[in-house]
Amino acid sequence: MTQIPEDLKYTEDDEWVRVEGDTATIGITDYAQDQLSDIVYVEHPDVGAAFDQGEIFGVVESVKAAGDMHMPVGGEVVEVNEALEDEPEVVNSDPYGAGWFIKIKIADPAELDKLLDAAAYKAHCDARA
Amino acid sequence: MNDSDNVKVLEPLIYELSRPGRQAVTLPECDVPESEFPADLLRDPEDVLLPEVSQIDVVRHFVHLSQFNHGVDTGFYPLGSCTMKYNPKINEDTARLPGFARIHPLQDPLQVQGALGLMWDLQNWLAEISGMAGVSLQPAAGAQGEFSGVLMMRKYHRDRGDTRRTKIIVPDSSHGTNPATASMVGLEVIQVPSDPNGDVDRAALLSVCGDDVVGMMLTVPNTLGLFESHVQEIIEIVHGCGGLMYMDGANLNALMGIAKPGDLGFDVMHFNLHKTFSTPHGGGGPGSGPVGAAEHMLPYLPGPVVGVVEEPSDEEEAPLYGWVMPERSIGRVKSFYGNFGILVRAFTYILANGPEGLRQVSEHAVLNANYIQARLCDAYKVACERFCMHEFVAEGCWDDAPGVRALDISKRLMDFGIHPPTNYFPLIVHEALMIEPTETESKEMLDRFVEVMLQIAEEARSNPDILHSAPHNTPVRRLDEVKAAKDQVLCYGPVCGG
Amino acid sequence: MTYLPHTDADREAMLAAIGVEDAADLFEAIPEAVRFPALDLPGALAELETMTELQHLSKANISADDFAWFLGAGVYNHYIPSVVNHILLRGEFYTAYTPYQPEVSQGTLQAVFEYQTMIAALTGMEVSNASHYDGATSLAEAVVTALQVAKHKRRKVILSPGVHPQYREVVRTYMQGADLDITGDKDPTHTLDDLTARLDEQTALLVVQSPNFFGQIEDINGLADKAHAAGALLCVVADPIALGLFKPPGAYGADIVVGEGQPLGIPMSFGGPYLGFFATRKAYVRHIAGRLVGETVDVEGRRGYVLTLATREQHIRRERASSNICTNQGLMALAATVYLATMGKRGLRQVAELCYHKSHHAAQQIAALDGYSVDRSKPFFKEFVVKCPKPAAEINRYLVEEWGIVGGYDLGALDPARADEMLLCVTEVNTHEEIAALVVALSEVAS
Repeated sequence: MTQIPEDLKYTEDDEWVRVEGDTATIGITDYAQDQLSDIVYVEHPDVGAAFDQGEIFGVVESVKAAGDMHMPVGGEVVEVNEALEDEPEVVNSDPYGAGWFIKIKIADPAELDKLLDAAAYKAHCDARA
Repeated sequence: MNDSDNVKVLEPLIYELSRPGRQAVTLPECDVPESEFPADLLRDPEDVLLPEVSQIDVVRHFVHLSQFNHGVDTGFYPLGSCTMKYNPKINEDTARLPGFARIHPLQDPLQVQGALGLMWDLQNWLAEISGMAGVSLQPAAGAQGEFSGVLMMRKYHRDRGDTRRTKIIVPDSSHGTNPATASMVGLEVIQVPSDPNGDVDRAALLSVCGDDVVGMMLTVPNTLGLFESHVQEIIEIVHGCGGLMYMDGANLNALMGIAKPGDLGFDVMHFNLHKTFSTPHGGGGPGSGPVGAAEHMLPYLPGPVVGVVEEPSDEEEAPLYGWVMPERSIGRVKSFYGNFGILVRAFTYILANGPEGLRQVSEHAVLNANYIQARLCDAYKVACERFCMHEFVAEGCWDDAPGVRALDISKRLMDFGIHPPTNYFPLIVHEALMIEPTETESKEMLDRFVEVMLQIAEEARSNPDILHSAPHNTPVRRLDEVKAAKDQVLCYGPVCGG
Repeated sequence: MTYLPHTDADREAMLAAIGVEDAADLFEAIPEAVRFPALDLPGALAELETMTELQHLSKANISADDFAWFLGAGVYNHYIPSVVNHILLRGEFYTAYTPYQPEVSQGTLQAVFEYQTMIAALTGMEVSNASHYDGATSLAEAVVTALQVAKHKRRKVILSPGVHPQYREVVRTYMQGADLDITGDKDPTHTLDDLTARLDEQTALLVVQSPNFFGQIEDINGLADKAHAAGALLCVVADPIALGLFKPPGAYGADIVVGEGQPLGIPMSFGGPYLGFFATRKAYVRHIAGRLVGETVDVEGRRGYVLTLATREQHIRRERASSNICTNQGLMALAATVYLATMGKRGLRQVAELCYHKSHHAAQQIAALDGYSVDRSKPFFKEFVVKCPKPAAEINRYLVEEWGIVGGYDLGALDPARADEMLLCVTEVNTHEEIAALVVALSEVAS
């Protein structure tokens, strides 16, 4: 069963966002890690880099596929999960926890309104099953 | 068998056979006075980490390795989009004639008129087969021919001051090289969907075609093995918005003497001599990817190309050939003029077949594919209501055989000594198996393939485990690709300090 | 027909199974107006006649089988041991496709792994890819790699004028859509110091060739530090035979080493097919184009090899791929692998030493002739520039017609002001007698 935590926001490109104040933590969903299968590589942006909503900020690769990661909301990167460089498989085992990708400072909180909630994202996944 | 790390090995690495002091070939003594070496530039001889083996070690090692390969010479190879036809042996002999193999690209053209004449004829023959006005033989492979062709289209517009055109259209069924090429050239890729019949969705095409479009890249027959139903209409739409049409010639094996891309209205195209014209694939190259141009695109061809620099004084004589740089050429895409050794093989093949022979080649390639398609229609999901060209795509999955995927079918085929079809391409087909038998296979071979495919379809229901665990009798079985990607062992450890 | 097996009965049966009367019916989808065009090509020849025709064309060329050879300039007449060709003619190797299905491609895969190891060892680098089309395209891919490492924020590439002129042309062809500043090579008198003076925060890559196009060994010591200080990478174009004798670019801190692999057991073949080698640091492996083979195990624990890190490639990434390349030069990489295994650690050194001694002997003899001078401003390996008393083109005509010698590369082809200069190449295949004949011939033509 695909895990879709209620307290997160989602994109149609399968990123999740956890908002805490003006900071957002971003990762890829359980559905995405399952589709990619064994993840072998994660490419992070530089800390300090700024991206607009929807812009590509990184890459996640499995043996057979590569996916671009898009910014769910615009902002500046304040931290990247360097542990993934040595253990990218954590994205498979714990996509919503230790498998997070980056933390950003949100530029415009209004952009959060364009994201999907858990129910809408679940419908999006079901539609592709 | 080497068993040093408790890892079972098929054949040791050549480095593992090395013993200090062995050498596989002798070299002559120095017959001139020796000169002093610049000491500070010299390398420690012990630092040249090459193996030391005897000649029989070299021969046995590489013969053993060869025996772990499946090639056209060892068995059926219906690998879709790759045209794994028989590679005639005479091609190998002609390419190795000393007057071809031992000549230098920077020789005075007067010394190499035979080679230039061969290239001149081949340029003209490929133009005749394709209906293009001219051909450059320079690109080293299909991907490079494609790169050349798209550069030509870009330059054509820019030379006319039309710099707004920065986009290129590709169908979603296209080969991955098409979008990759376009982005190498610095163009933005617009993907158009296919309609339910596998053809380009013309309404979608119309909606994106405008004065910002360089052109469109189209594979004919397309990657589903279908002749695009509305190819002329598509070309009219693109020309109508000022764009140029590029034909990816990967599937030309279906078209020789059947239809000329130039007659259809294409402006630029590339050829894959290693597919259509029987030159060997070599385990992944060398290929050859000549690029053809309609009249208005000729000045942009990569060069140099062979031209007649002096007409003969009397008709019996050959003209004088030389190198010519097309007037507004995109430039040189590789050193020298092309993969000449491959050109000799393709030339040999065309000469041996003649015009009627080439038409027969395409007709039989299409006949063989349709025969297999017809016979697999009931057991596999195939779009049988339409004739295919030289290849077709089947779906490698069934509702009543959950868990069986195209990959399992492919791996199981290996147990029968048959190379799998192309898997997972085109991307728009679910669990694709792309089957291209080629014209050189006999009916007996096609029948055997069909019988094996039917057996596998039956096993998918009755004994799926045998598919999941396949292959069973290949030199190695399924390999751990995740380990390879994570460990990144790309070099023998003791040499690279691993 | 030549390679078609079907009998009439086979065709009938197959058409019946498809449900058509005539094979022509299979082509209904093709617009009638353009269907079944005539092809104006010569009629088919039997195998015997085909061979006769090809032999005829082959004999119309002057080849290294019959002439003494002193022409190099990027393509070299080195000895190819018999073993090489015999291995290349194994149908299991040359009639196979790219090894996408590793279970039935271990031969190709292991050979490429051995090739990668040998190239890494020769260049002194950590990793090699499975090869590119030729030296020129390898250099173009090095530029692409450097731009990627710099995340496309640096837009300048510095090329030494000593880099093979065709390689520089190919870099410009590849980059014409990329809006780059490609600089440094316009003035042929530019020294390495002139080049390093151009390094700045916009520079992604500095490229030098050693031995350079004129045969000279460049002093690349310290170059890497200067490039790195500016945040740029250093790429060195190398001759693989020279690497048997001289310190490799890796020892000088180069980030990328590329070159033409043709000297490694591949015939001159009028310009191709060849092999571009490409080696770099492990840190950049995700930014390089081309195939890579990696070691792994199968389900039974047996060692095996697979194509790896394929997600960089066009068939997965499409427009976001690092290159549109589909394959390597598989068979040519095999030739180089067999060649290097056959020569081995000592043999490659012997070939390099023979090239060095013979070319220096020839240079010394020619320098002593009236009217000739040899540029010895820098050490050289197997090629050197000779200033002649007459145009090189005229001398070369005389050498071919009167002496059966193919002379050096006419530098007037690059620069009309240098029409009296030629680039001579001497390798292990040139005998003492051939060199003596060349010297006498040059002396005669001068008088």
